[in-house]
Amino acid sequence: MANNLHKPPMINRRALGAVALGGVAISLLPRAALALDVNSARALIDKAIGEVNATISSGKSETAMFRDFERIFAKYSDVPIIARSALGVASKSASAAQMAAFTKAYQGYISRKYGRRFREFIGGRIEVIDARPLKSYYEVISTAYLSGESPFELRWHVSDKSGRDQFFNIIIEGVNMLASERTEIGALLDQRRGNLDQLIADIQKI
Amino acid sequence: MNVTFPFLFSGQSKEIIRIGAFSAMIAGLLSGCAAQQPAQGINDPNEPFNRKVHSFNVGLDRNLVRPVSKGYAAVLPGPVRQGVSNFADNLEVPTTIVNNVLQGRIGRASENTLRFAVNTVFGLAGFVDIASVLTIPDRKSGFGETLAVWGVGEGAYVERPILGPSTTRDAVGGIVDIFTDPLSTVVKAPDSYYGTGAKVGSKLNDRARFSDTIDGILYDSADGYAQARLLYLQKRRFDLGQTNDTDTPFLDPYEDANGQ
Repeated sequence: MANNLHKPPMINRRALGAVALGGVAISLLPRAALALDVNSARALIDKAIGEVNATISSGKSETAMFRDFERIFAKYSDVPIIARSALGVASKSASAAQMAAFTKAYQGYISRKYGRRFREFIGGRIEVIDARPLKSYYEVISTAYLSGESPFELRWHVSDKSGRDQFFNIIIEGVNMLASERTEIGALLDQRRGNLDQLIADIQKI
Repeated sequence: MNVTFPFLFSGQSKEIIRIGAFSAMIAGLLSGCAAQQPAQGINDPNEPFNRKVHSFNVGLDRNLVRPVSKGYAAVLPGPVRQGVSNFADNLEVPTTIVNNVLQGRIGRASENTLRFAVNTVFGLAGFVDIASVLTIPDRKSGFGETLAVWGVGEGAYVERPILGPSTTRDAVGGIVDIFTDPLSTVVKAPDSYYGTGAKVGSKLNDRARFSDTIDGILYDSADGYAQARLLYLQKRRFDLGQTNDTDTPFLDPYEDANGQ
Protein backbone atom coordinates (compact mmCIF):
# COMPACT_ATOMS: atom_id res chain seq x y z
CA MET A 1 0.00 0.00 0.00
CA ALA A 2 2.70 2.38 1.09
CA ASN A 3 4.54 1.54 -2.06
CA ASN A 4 1.60 2.38 -4.15
CA LEU A 5 1.38 5.77 -2.63
CA HIS A 6 4.66 6.64 -4.28
CA LYS A 7 3.84 5.07 -7.57
CA PRO A 8 0.59 6.56 -8.74
CA PRO A 9 2.09 9.30 -10.86
CA MET A 10 3.89 6.74 -12.94
CA ILE A 11 0.89 4.43 -13.20
CA ASN A 12 -1.21 7.35 -14.18
CA ARG A 13 1.18 8.34 -16.85
CA ARG A 14 1.22 4.80 -18.15
CA ALA A 15 -2.52 4.59 -17.98
CA LEU A 16 -2.78 7.86 -19.80
CA GLY A 17 -0.45 6.60 -22.45
CA ALA A 18 -2.53 3.50 -22.89
CA VAL A 19 -5.69 5.54 -23.09
CA ALA A 20 -4.08 7.85 -25.61
CA LEU A 21 -2.93 4.93 -27.73
CA GLY A 22 -6.34 3.36 -27.50
CA GLY A 23 -7.84 6.63 -28.56
CA VAL A 24 -5.62 6.77 -31.60
CA ALA A 25 -6.50 3.19 -32.44
CA ILE A 26 -10.18 3.90 -32.08
CA SER A 27 -9.95 7.00 -34.18
CA LEU A 28 -8.08 5.08 -36.87
CA LEU A 29 -10.30 2.01 -36.89
CA PRO A 30 -13.57 3.68 -37.79
CA ARG A 31 -12.13 4.87 -41.09
CA ALA A 32 -12.50 1.32 -42.27
CA ALA A 33 -15.39 0.14 -40.11
CA LEU A 34 -17.58 3.21 -40.46
CA ALA A 35 -17.14 3.84 -44.17
CA LEU A 36 -20.26 5.57 -45.41
CA ASP A 37 -23.16 3.28 -46.14
CA VAL A 38 -26.91 3.57 -46.35
CA ASN A 39 -27.32 3.23 -42.60
CA SER A 40 -24.67 5.72 -41.57
CA ALA A 41 -25.91 8.25 -44.15
CA ARG A 42 -29.39 7.84 -42.75
CA ALA A 43 -28.13 8.10 -39.17
CA LEU A 44 -26.25 11.30 -40.00
CA ILE A 45 -29.37 13.01 -41.33
CA ASP A 46 -31.42 11.71 -38.40
CA LYS A 47 -28.93 13.32 -36.02
CA ALA A 48 -28.77 16.58 -37.95
CA ILE A 49 -32.57 16.83 -38.04
CA GLY A 50 -32.67 16.06 -34.32
CA GLU A 51 -30.33 18.95 -33.55
CA VAL A 52 -32.25 21.34 -35.80
CA ASN A 53 -35.51 20.35 -34.10
CA ALA A 54 -33.95 20.83 -30.66
CA THR A 55 -32.77 24.32 -31.63
CA ILE A 56 -36.14 25.33 -33.04
CA SER A 57 -37.98 24.21 -29.91
CA SER A 58 -35.35 25.66 -27.53
CA GLY A 59 -37.05 29.05 -27.36
CA LYS A 60 -33.69 30.82 -27.66
CA SER A 61 -33.34 34.26 -29.18
CA GLU A 62 -33.08 34.47 -32.95
CA THR A 63 -29.39 35.43 -32.78
CA ALA A 64 -28.63 32.48 -30.51
CA MET A 65 -30.51 30.20 -32.90
CA PHE A 66 -28.51 31.50 -35.86
CA ARG A 67 -25.33 30.56 -33.97
CA ASP A 68 -26.74 27.08 -33.34
CA PHE A 69 -27.77 26.67 -36.96
CA GLU A 70 -24.29 27.69 -38.09
CA ARG A 71 -22.71 25.16 -35.73
CA ILE A 72 -25.06 22.41 -36.96
CA PHE A 73 -24.46 23.39 -40.57
CA ALA A 74 -20.67 23.32 -40.09
CA LYS A 75 -20.85 19.97 -38.33
CA TYR A 76 -23.17 18.04 -40.62
CA SER A 77 -22.56 19.57 -44.01
CA ASP A 78 -19.45 19.91 -46.12
CA VAL A 79 -19.34 23.70 -46.13
CA PRO A 80 -16.15 24.05 -48.23
CA ILE A 81 -17.58 22.04 -51.14
CA ILE A 82 -20.97 23.79 -50.91
CA ALA A 83 -19.24 27.17 -50.93
CA ARG A 84 -17.04 26.14 -53.86
CA SER A 85 -20.03 24.89 -55.81
CA ALA A 86 -22.04 28.03 -55.04
CA LEU A 87 -19.20 30.19 -56.29
CA GLY A 88 -19.11 28.19 -59.52
CA VAL A 89 -16.50 29.02 -62.13
CA ALA A 90 -15.22 31.95 -60.07
CA SER A 91 -13.86 29.41 -57.57
CA LYS A 92 -11.34 28.26 -60.17
CA SER A 93 -9.61 31.61 -60.39
CA ALA A 94 -9.87 32.37 -56.67
CA SER A 95 -6.74 32.20 -54.52
CA ALA A 96 -6.57 29.79 -51.57
CA ALA A 97 -6.86 32.73 -49.18
CA GLN A 98 -9.93 34.04 -51.01
CA MET A 99 -11.54 30.60 -50.95
CA ALA A 100 -10.90 30.31 -47.21
CA ALA A 101 -12.36 33.76 -46.57
CA PHE A 102 -15.32 33.11 -48.85
CA THR A 103 -16.04 29.74 -47.23
CA LYS A 104 -16.03 31.30 -43.76
CA ALA A 105 -18.28 34.20 -44.82
CA TYR A 106 -20.58 31.89 -46.75
CA GLN A 107 -21.06 29.62 -43.74
CA GLY A 108 -22.49 32.49 -41.72
CA TYR A 109 -24.48 33.83 -44.66
CA ILE A 110 -26.22 30.56 -45.43
CA SER A 111 -26.93 29.85 -41.75
CA ARG A 112 -28.67 33.19 -41.40
CA LYS A 113 -30.46 32.86 -44.71
CA TYR A 114 -31.99 29.47 -43.99
CA GLY A 115 -32.15 30.07 -40.24
CA ARG A 116 -34.50 33.02 -40.78
CA ARG A 117 -37.04 30.58 -42.09
CA PHE A 118 -37.05 28.44 -38.96
CA ARG A 119 -40.49 29.68 -37.88
CA GLU A 120 -42.02 27.67 -40.69
CA PHE A 121 -40.69 24.55 -39.00
CA ILE A 122 -42.09 25.25 -35.54
CA GLY A 123 -44.50 22.48 -34.68
CA GLY A 124 -43.41 20.50 -37.71
CA ARG A 125 -41.21 17.48 -38.07
CA ILE A 126 -39.02 15.80 -40.63
CA GLU A 127 -38.95 12.02 -40.86
CA VAL A 128 -36.31 10.02 -42.66
CA ILE A 129 -38.07 7.36 -44.71
CA ASP A 130 -35.38 5.85 -46.90
CA ALA A 131 -31.77 5.97 -48.00
CA ARG A 132 -30.07 4.61 -51.09
CA PRO A 133 -26.75 4.75 -52.88
CA LEU A 134 -26.67 7.20 -55.78
CA LYS A 135 -23.61 7.40 -57.99
CA SER A 136 -20.65 7.97 -55.70
CA TYR A 137 -22.68 9.13 -52.70
CA TYR A 138 -25.88 8.44 -50.81
CA GLU A 139 -29.32 9.94 -50.94
CA VAL A 140 -31.40 10.09 -47.79
CA ILE A 141 -35.09 10.61 -48.48
CA SER A 142 -37.22 12.31 -45.86
CA THR A 143 -40.69 13.75 -45.59
CA ALA A 144 -41.34 17.11 -43.99
CA TYR A 145 -44.59 17.63 -42.15
CA LEU A 146 -45.12 21.31 -41.50
CA SER A 147 -48.20 22.62 -39.79
CA GLY A 148 -50.93 23.50 -42.26
CA GLU A 149 -49.03 22.14 -45.27
CA SER A 150 -49.25 19.01 -47.33
CA PRO A 151 -46.23 16.84 -46.51
CA PHE A 152 -43.38 17.35 -48.95
CA GLU A 153 -40.27 15.48 -49.93
CA LEU A 154 -36.79 16.43 -48.84
CA ARG A 155 -33.73 14.60 -50.15
CA TRP A 156 -30.27 14.89 -48.63
CA HIS A 157 -27.12 14.02 -50.53
CA VAL A 158 -24.45 12.63 -48.25
CA SER A 159 -20.82 11.96 -49.05
CA ASP A 160 -17.67 11.03 -47.11
CA LYS A 161 -15.31 12.68 -49.58
CA SER A 162 -14.50 15.48 -47.16
CA GLY A 163 -13.03 12.85 -44.83
CA ARG A 164 -16.18 12.83 -42.76
CA ASP A 165 -19.75 11.82 -43.44
CA GLN A 166 -21.46 15.09 -44.37
CA PHE A 167 -24.32 16.22 -46.55
CA PHE A 168 -23.62 18.56 -49.44
CA ASN A 169 -27.00 19.15 -51.04
CA ILE A 170 -30.69 19.27 -50.17
CA ILE A 171 -33.36 18.71 -52.81
CA ILE A 172 -36.84 19.97 -51.91
CA GLU A 173 -39.42 18.51 -54.27
CA GLY A 174 -36.95 18.55 -57.11
CA VAL A 175 -35.55 21.98 -56.23
CA ASN A 176 -31.83 21.73 -55.81
CA MET A 177 -30.19 23.87 -53.13
CA LEU A 178 -26.77 23.91 -54.80
CA ALA A 179 -28.28 25.06 -58.09
CA SER A 180 -30.23 27.79 -56.35
CA GLU A 181 -27.17 28.90 -54.40
CA ARG A 182 -25.03 29.01 -57.51
CA THR A 183 -27.61 31.22 -59.22
CA GLU A 184 -27.77 33.53 -56.22
CA ILE A 185 -24.03 33.81 -55.59
CA GLY A 186 -23.42 34.19 -59.34
CA ALA A 187 -25.88 37.10 -59.45
CA LEU A 188 -24.32 38.72 -56.37
CA LEU A 189 -20.89 38.41 -57.95
CA ASP A 190 -22.15 39.87 -61.26
CA GLN A 191 -23.57 42.85 -59.39
CA ARG A 192 -20.04 43.43 -58.08
CA ARG A 193 -18.52 43.02 -61.53
CA GLY A 194 -16.84 39.80 -60.47
CA ASN A 195 -15.06 41.38 -57.50
CA LEU A 196 -14.76 38.40 -55.15
CA ASP A 197 -13.26 40.35 -52.26
CA GLN A 198 -16.20 42.74 -52.36
CA LEU A 199 -18.59 39.77 -52.40
CA ILE A 200 -16.83 38.26 -49.37
CA ALA A 201 -17.13 41.51 -47.49
CA ASP A 202 -20.77 42.00 -48.46
CA ILE A 203 -22.21 38.56 -47.73
CA GLN A 204 -21.12 38.94 -44.12
CA LYS A 205 -23.70 41.71 -43.88
CA ILE A 206 -26.53 39.95 -45.69
CA MET B 1 -44.03 22.81 -50.29
CA ASN B 2 -46.45 23.58 -53.06
CA VAL B 3 -44.70 26.83 -53.70
CA THR B 4 -47.24 28.65 -55.73
CA PHE B 5 -45.79 31.48 -57.63
CA PRO B 6 -47.20 34.83 -56.80
CA PHE B 7 -48.46 35.59 -60.21
CA LEU B 8 -52.11 35.31 -59.85
CA PHE B 9 -55.24 34.20 -61.48
CA SER B 10 -53.89 31.26 -63.48
CA GLY B 11 -56.70 30.16 -65.69
CA GLN B 12 -59.15 32.64 -64.27
CA SER B 13 -59.02 35.96 -65.93
CA LYS B 14 -60.20 34.83 -69.30
CA GLU B 15 -60.06 38.15 -71.08
CA ILE B 16 -56.42 38.65 -70.23
CA ILE B 17 -55.61 35.14 -71.21
CA ARG B 18 -57.35 35.49 -74.56
CA ILE B 19 -55.13 38.44 -75.29
CA GLY B 20 -52.07 36.38 -74.43
CA ALA B 21 -53.44 33.28 -76.09
CA PHE B 22 -52.72 34.22 -79.64
CA SER B 23 -49.07 35.05 -79.09
CA ALA B 24 -48.57 31.98 -76.92
CA MET B 25 -50.15 29.77 -79.59
CA ILE B 26 -47.84 31.20 -82.20
CA ALA B 27 -44.89 30.70 -79.88
CA GLY B 28 -46.04 27.14 -79.27
CA LEU B 29 -46.15 26.43 -82.99
CA LEU B 30 -42.81 28.09 -83.58
CA SER B 31 -41.11 26.15 -80.84
CA GLY B 32 -41.83 23.04 -82.91
CA CYS B 33 -43.03 21.07 -79.92
CA ALA B 34 -41.33 17.89 -81.05
CA ALA B 35 -41.02 14.77 -78.98
CA GLN B 36 -37.81 14.92 -77.03
CA GLN B 37 -35.99 13.74 -73.95
CA PRO B 38 -37.06 15.10 -70.59
CA ALA B 39 -35.80 18.65 -70.45
CA GLN B 40 -32.78 19.66 -68.49
CA GLY B 41 -30.95 22.88 -68.02
CA ILE B 42 -32.52 26.18 -68.91
CA ASN B 43 -33.85 27.04 -72.35
CA ASP B 44 -34.68 30.73 -72.31
CA PRO B 45 -34.13 32.27 -75.75
CA ASN B 46 -36.52 35.15 -74.99
CA GLU B 47 -34.82 36.15 -71.76
CA PRO B 48 -34.69 39.92 -72.42
CA PHE B 49 -38.43 40.01 -73.09
CA ASN B 50 -39.19 37.65 -70.22
CA ARG B 51 -37.25 39.90 -67.88
CA LYS B 52 -39.41 42.86 -68.89
CA VAL B 53 -42.52 40.84 -68.13
CA HIS B 54 -40.96 39.82 -64.83
CA SER B 55 -40.43 43.46 -63.87
CA PHE B 56 -44.05 44.13 -64.70
CA ASN B 57 -45.17 41.17 -62.59
CA VAL B 58 -43.02 42.22 -59.65
CA GLY B 59 -44.47 45.73 -59.84
CA LEU B 60 -47.96 44.25 -59.88
CA ASP B 61 -47.12 42.07 -56.91
CA ARG B 62 -45.58 44.91 -54.93
CA ASN B 63 -48.37 47.39 -55.56
CA LEU B 64 -51.42 45.20 -55.71
CA VAL B 65 -51.23 41.48 -55.16
CA ARG B 66 -49.02 41.40 -52.08
CA PRO B 67 -50.88 44.10 -50.14
CA VAL B 68 -54.29 42.73 -51.16
CA SER B 69 -53.26 39.23 -50.10
CA LYS B 70 -52.24 40.57 -46.69
CA GLY B 71 -55.61 42.26 -46.37
CA TYR B 72 -57.41 39.12 -47.49
CA ALA B 73 -55.55 37.07 -44.87
CA ALA B 74 -56.19 39.68 -42.20
CA VAL B 75 -59.91 40.03 -42.86
CA LEU B 76 -60.96 36.42 -43.35
CA PRO B 77 -60.22 33.77 -40.71
CA GLY B 78 -57.95 30.90 -41.75
CA PRO B 79 -60.68 28.23 -41.93
CA VAL B 80 -62.82 30.43 -44.18
CA ARG B 81 -59.88 31.09 -46.51
CA GLN B 82 -59.13 27.37 -46.55
CA GLY B 83 -62.77 26.69 -47.42
CA VAL B 84 -62.62 29.14 -50.33
CA SER B 85 -59.41 27.51 -51.56
CA ASN B 86 -60.97 24.06 -51.24
CA PHE B 87 -63.99 25.21 -53.23
CA ALA B 88 -61.72 26.63 -55.94
CA ASP B 89 -59.61 23.47 -56.02
CA ASN B 90 -62.68 21.30 -56.35
CA LEU B 91 -63.83 23.25 -59.40
CA GLU B 92 -60.60 22.30 -61.15
CA VAL B 93 -60.94 18.58 -60.54
CA PRO B 94 -63.10 17.92 -63.65
CA THR B 95 -60.31 19.35 -65.82
CA THR B 96 -57.88 17.04 -64.04
CA ILE B 97 -60.13 14.04 -64.70
CA VAL B 98 -60.40 14.84 -68.41
CA ASN B 99 -56.63 15.08 -68.64
CA ASN B 100 -56.06 11.93 -66.59
CA VAL B 101 -58.14 10.11 -69.21
CA LEU B 102 -56.24 11.74 -72.09
CA GLN B 103 -53.01 10.62 -70.42
CA GLY B 104 -54.32 7.06 -70.16
CA ARG B 105 -54.11 7.24 -66.35
CA ILE B 106 -57.39 5.56 -65.56
CA GLY B 107 -56.51 4.91 -61.93
CA ARG B 108 -55.91 8.59 -61.32
CA ALA B 109 -59.05 9.48 -63.26
CA SER B 110 -61.06 7.22 -60.94
CA GLU B 111 -59.39 8.66 -57.82
CA ASN B 112 -60.16 12.19 -58.94
CA THR B 113 -63.72 11.30 -59.89
CA LEU B 114 -64.20 9.92 -56.40
CA ARG B 115 -62.54 13.04 -54.96
CA PHE B 116 -64.87 15.33 -56.90
CA ALA B 117 -67.96 13.34 -55.99
CA VAL B 118 -67.11 13.11 -52.27
CA ASN B 119 -66.22 16.76 -51.90
CA THR B 120 -69.12 18.06 -53.97
CA VAL B 121 -71.74 15.92 -52.27
CA PHE B 122 -70.47 15.55 -48.72
CA GLY B 123 -68.08 18.49 -48.56
CA LEU B 124 -70.62 21.27 -49.00
CA ALA B 125 -69.95 21.74 -52.73
CA GLY B 126 -66.22 21.50 -52.13
CA PHE B 127 -65.72 23.86 -49.19
CA VAL B 128 -64.68 20.96 -47.00
CA ASP B 129 -61.97 18.72 -48.38
CA ILE B 130 -63.33 15.46 -47.05
CA ALA B 131 -61.52 13.55 -49.80
CA SER B 132 -58.15 14.43 -48.26
CA VAL B 133 -59.36 13.32 -44.85
CA LEU B 134 -60.24 10.02 -46.53
CA THR B 135 -56.68 10.05 -47.97
CA ILE B 136 -57.85 10.18 -51.57
CA PRO B 137 -54.77 11.56 -53.35
CA ASP B 138 -54.84 15.16 -54.52
CA ARG B 139 -53.00 15.35 -57.82
CA LYS B 140 -53.90 18.20 -60.11
CA SER B 141 -53.33 17.91 -63.80
CA GLY B 142 -53.92 19.86 -66.94
CA PHE B 143 -53.36 19.81 -70.65
CA GLY B 144 -49.74 20.89 -70.21
CA GLU B 145 -49.06 17.60 -68.44
CA THR B 146 -51.06 15.72 -71.07
CA LEU B 147 -48.83 17.20 -73.78
CA ALA B 148 -45.79 16.12 -71.74
CA VAL B 149 -47.17 12.59 -71.43
CA TRP B 150 -47.76 12.57 -75.17
CA GLY B 151 -44.10 13.34 -75.63
CA VAL B 152 -44.26 17.04 -76.42
CA GLY B 153 -41.08 18.80 -75.34
CA GLU B 154 -41.00 21.49 -72.72
CA GLY B 155 -40.21 24.26 -75.18
CA ALA B 156 -38.82 27.56 -74.01
CA TYR B 157 -39.20 29.18 -70.63
CA VAL B 158 -41.89 31.85 -70.69
CA GLU B 159 -42.82 34.39 -68.08
CA ARG B 160 -46.41 35.40 -68.73
CA PRO B 161 -47.89 38.71 -67.62
CA ILE B 162 -49.91 38.24 -64.41
CA LEU B 163 -49.80 34.44 -64.73
CA GLY B 164 -46.07 34.12 -64.14
CA PRO B 165 -43.56 31.40 -64.99
CA SER B 166 -44.37 28.72 -67.54
CA THR B 167 -42.99 27.00 -70.59
CA THR B 168 -44.31 27.15 -74.13
CA ARG B 169 -45.85 23.71 -73.68
CA ASP B 170 -47.49 24.52 -70.37
CA ALA B 171 -48.67 27.94 -71.50
CA VAL B 172 -50.45 26.32 -74.44
CA GLY B 173 -51.80 23.67 -72.07
CA GLY B 174 -53.17 26.34 -69.76
CA ILE B 175 -55.06 27.98 -72.60
CA VAL B 176 -56.53 24.67 -73.73
CA ASP B 177 -57.65 24.02 -70.16
CA ILE B 178 -59.78 27.15 -70.18
CA PHE B 179 -61.69 26.04 -73.22
CA THR B 180 -62.05 22.42 -72.21
CA ASP B 181 -63.20 22.91 -68.62
CA PRO B 182 -66.21 20.57 -68.39
CA LEU B 183 -67.82 22.76 -65.75
CA SER B 184 -67.92 25.76 -68.07
CA THR B 185 -70.53 23.96 -70.18
CA VAL B 186 -72.69 23.37 -67.12
CA VAL B 187 -72.13 26.48 -65.03
CA LYS B 188 -72.70 29.70 -66.93
CA ALA B 189 -72.28 33.32 -65.94
CA PRO B 190 -73.24 34.83 -63.58
CA ASP B 191 -73.02 31.65 -61.46
CA SER B 192 -69.52 30.97 -62.77
CA TYR B 193 -68.35 34.25 -61.19
CA TYR B 194 -68.45 32.55 -57.80
CA GLY B 195 -65.90 30.07 -59.05
CA THR B 196 -63.74 32.79 -60.55
CA GLY B 197 -63.92 34.75 -57.31
CA ALA B 198 -62.97 31.68 -55.29
CA LYS B 199 -60.01 31.01 -57.56
CA VAL B 200 -58.77 34.55 -57.07
CA GLY B 201 -59.24 34.13 -53.31
CA SER B 202 -57.33 30.87 -53.40
CA LYS B 203 -54.40 32.54 -55.14
CA LEU B 204 -54.42 35.42 -52.67
CA ASN B 205 -54.42 32.89 -49.85
CA ASP B 206 -51.40 31.14 -51.36
CA ARG B 207 -49.62 34.46 -51.76
CA ALA B 208 -50.22 35.20 -48.06
CA ARG B 209 -49.35 31.72 -46.81
CA PHE B 210 -46.10 31.44 -48.71
CA SER B 211 -45.29 35.09 -48.24
CA ASP B 212 -41.80 34.49 -46.83
CA THR B 213 -40.82 32.12 -49.62
CA ILE B 214 -42.21 34.34 -52.37
CA ASP B 215 -40.79 37.54 -50.91
CA GLY B 216 -37.46 35.75 -50.63
CA ILE B 217 -37.49 34.95 -54.33
CA LEU B 218 -38.90 38.23 -55.65
CA TYR B 219 -37.40 40.79 -53.32
CA ASP B 220 -34.51 39.33 -51.33
CA SER B 221 -32.61 37.39 -53.97
CA ALA B 222 -29.99 39.07 -56.10
CA ASP B 223 -31.70 38.00 -59.32
CA GLY B 224 -35.35 37.21 -58.68
CA TYR B 225 -35.99 36.43 -62.32
CA ALA B 226 -33.29 33.76 -62.47
CA GLN B 227 -34.37 32.27 -59.13
CA ALA B 228 -38.03 32.09 -60.14
CA ARG B 229 -37.07 30.51 -63.46
CA LEU B 230 -34.83 27.92 -61.82
CA LEU B 231 -37.36 27.03 -59.13
CA TYR B 232 -40.25 26.85 -61.58
CA LEU B 233 -38.46 24.58 -64.05
CA GLN B 234 -37.14 22.23 -61.38
CA LYS B 235 -40.44 21.99 -59.56
CA ARG B 236 -42.39 21.52 -62.78
CA ARG B 237 -40.11 18.72 -63.96
CA PHE B 238 -40.38 17.13 -60.52
CA ASP B 239 -44.18 17.27 -60.65
CA LEU B 240 -44.19 15.74 -64.12
CA GLY B 241 -41.92 12.95 -62.90
CA GLN B 242 -39.17 14.04 -65.26
CA THR B 243 -36.47 14.48 -62.66
CA ASN B 244 -34.12 11.59 -62.89
CA ASP B 245 -30.82 10.77 -61.31
CA THR B 246 -28.68 11.23 -64.35
CA ASP B 247 -29.60 14.67 -65.57
CA THR B 248 -29.78 16.56 -62.29
CA PRO B 249 -27.45 19.51 -62.53
CA PHE B 250 -24.82 19.84 -59.83
CA LEU B 251 -25.15 16.15 -59.21
CA ASP B 252 -21.72 15.79 -57.73
CA PRO B 253 -19.83 18.91 -56.73
CA TYR B 254 -16.86 16.75 -55.76
CA GLU B 255 -16.46 15.61 -59.34
CA ASP B 256 -17.06 19.16 -60.46
CA ALA B 257 -14.37 20.51 -58.15
CA ASN B 258 -11.74 18.03 -59.24
CA GLY B 259 -12.65 17.40 -62.79
CA GLN B 260 -12.53 20.84 -64.35
